[in-house]
Amino acid sequence: MTATPVIEGWFTTGDEPRLLASRCTSCSNVVFPPVSSDAGAAAFYCRNPACDGTEHDAVELSRRGRVWSYTDAQYQPPAPYVAPTDPFQPFALAAVELPEGIVVLGQVADGFGVADLVVGTEVELVVETLDVDESGERTIYRWKPVTGQGDNA
Amino acid sequence: MSVVIAGAGMHPWGKWGRNFTEYGVHAAREALKDSGIAWADVDLVVGGETVRNGYAGYVAGSTFAQALGWNGARIATSYAACATGAQAIDTARARILAGMSEVALVVGADTTPKGFLAPNAGERWNDPDWLRFRLLGMTNPAYFALYARRRMDLYGATAEDFAQVKVKNARHGLENPYARFRKESSVEEVLASPMVSDPLHLLDICATSDGAAAVVLTSAEYARKHGIAAPVTVAAVSTVTPTFPNTVIDMPLLATDSSAVTGVPERTFKESIGQAAYEEAGIDPSDVDVAEVYDLSTALELDWIEDLQLCKRGEAEALLRAGDTTLGGRIPVNPSGGLACFGEAVPAQAIAQVCELTWQLQGRAEGRQVEGAKVGITANQGLFGHGSSVILSV
Repeated sequence: MTATPVIEGWFTTGDEPRLLASRCTSCSNVVFPPVSSDAGAAAFYCRNPACDGTEHDAVELSRRGRVWSYTDAQYQPPAPYVAPTDPFQPFALAAVELPEGIVVLGQVADGFGVADLVVGTEVELVVETLDVDESGERTIYRWKPVTGQGDNA
Repeated sequence: MSVVIAGAGMHPWGKWGRNFTEYGVHAAREALKDSGIAWADVDLVVGGETVRNGYAGYVAGSTFAQALGWNGARIATSYAACATGAQAIDTARARILAGMSEVALVVGADTTPKGFLAPNAGERWNDPDWLRFRLLGMTNPAYFALYARRRMDLYGATAEDFAQVKVKNARHGLENPYARFRKESSVEEVLASPMVSDPLHLLDICATSDGAAAVVLTSAEYARKHGIAAPVTVAAVSTVTPTFPNTVIDMPLLATDSSAVTGVPERTFKESIGQAAYEEAGIDPSDVDVAEVYDLSTALELDWIEDLQLCKRGEAEALLRAGDTTLGGRIPVNPSGGLACFGEAVPAQAIAQVCELTWQLQGRAEGRQVEGAKVGITANQGLFGHGSSVILSV
């Protein structure tokens, strides 16, 4: 059984995982989730109204950011959410502002909850198991509070 | 030239699971009766589309027109998520202003399922509304909770403040015959209800409801000629889209635009919705006497009060605590009882806000009247860049 990302091309794995974004080759505007070749032509158009670019480079986003806000899910969300445990265990969610001027939503790393966060908390990207299916573990990016490592983002 | 509301009508909100057409026709006939205009004289029907009721819902304008009995009127159907009703009003208004319609009937009605609003079935790996559930388990209340938590950390809002919004709106809605929930609430009761998404409790979050609302619009000239009693002027209908970069995380998206290339815009999307309405009406936020805003959550009402510039950013809790937003206060908010007392019936809700303000400005909001109200504003926001703000005046 191997661990594979639940969605392809959104994040790297390994010791220092990072989110993958698309950067417009004309104006450098960065978008996350990355532009997908399966999503139809509209996905290719640069979102900057002053730019008519359609080409993007893949770029890695900063691994660390600061919490814009946070919450949790105390009831099991409806499908297509897949609960990894039975009974359902509540999990936390955070919107994180990255130095690229973009706020990205994600679940909070296992073992951390809303009590570990405030607006402005420094967090970094980790990759953890979202759920397990017949092909093995499906992984997802998550935000983990940075503790005891100083302010060196 | 201006457009007026000649009549307003609603079907009470509830949860019966009957066909949406039945609710819509009831509201339409109430609005026509209120205006004194015959169905035969309506030359345009604009329906608010409902996406949960099959083909009849996709062609709501046609569905209502046929149910009322084909009278040869032109029809249109609008869909703009939560702003559907306001966009339908805007369509009718534009045709009247262009001299292409004399009497327009605008109707929105819905029947809604129980529980969390879930995405359509099937695997859709490019649809953010599907991905947010599959990858993150991100429900609608979780988005509301992000905004609520930010108010707590930045402005010192408390769970008690949010509960107090519910208490206020529950009291406002007690005498409203169209409200689904007509029962006093207490801060203790809200705080004792189950936590859904921290910091929001079950009673902080609005339900989904069945319901219908309708308005009859005419030109001011038509209203004068036909002796329409107490017409209310539609001073503005703002349905602006966001301006890039949209830097506040919006349901159902997983990220904001990046502000790196162009910088942070002067106004957020929600601020721009209200600002466009004020500019169109040529009035100032200080002219507003009453507001109906989209309290999908209690905390969201506080955000809207600031987005509509009824107070400075971060001061809505002070307004609430001082009783300024309560009936009898300086600027009553949601005298109808708001979504707290109604629950959301998507394509009807923005029209219901307009119905309430119509009755407020006519002095007919029995048991919940804002005394002497001359100017009212609505606000709401929906998925995918939709939002609306309507200003009415007498």
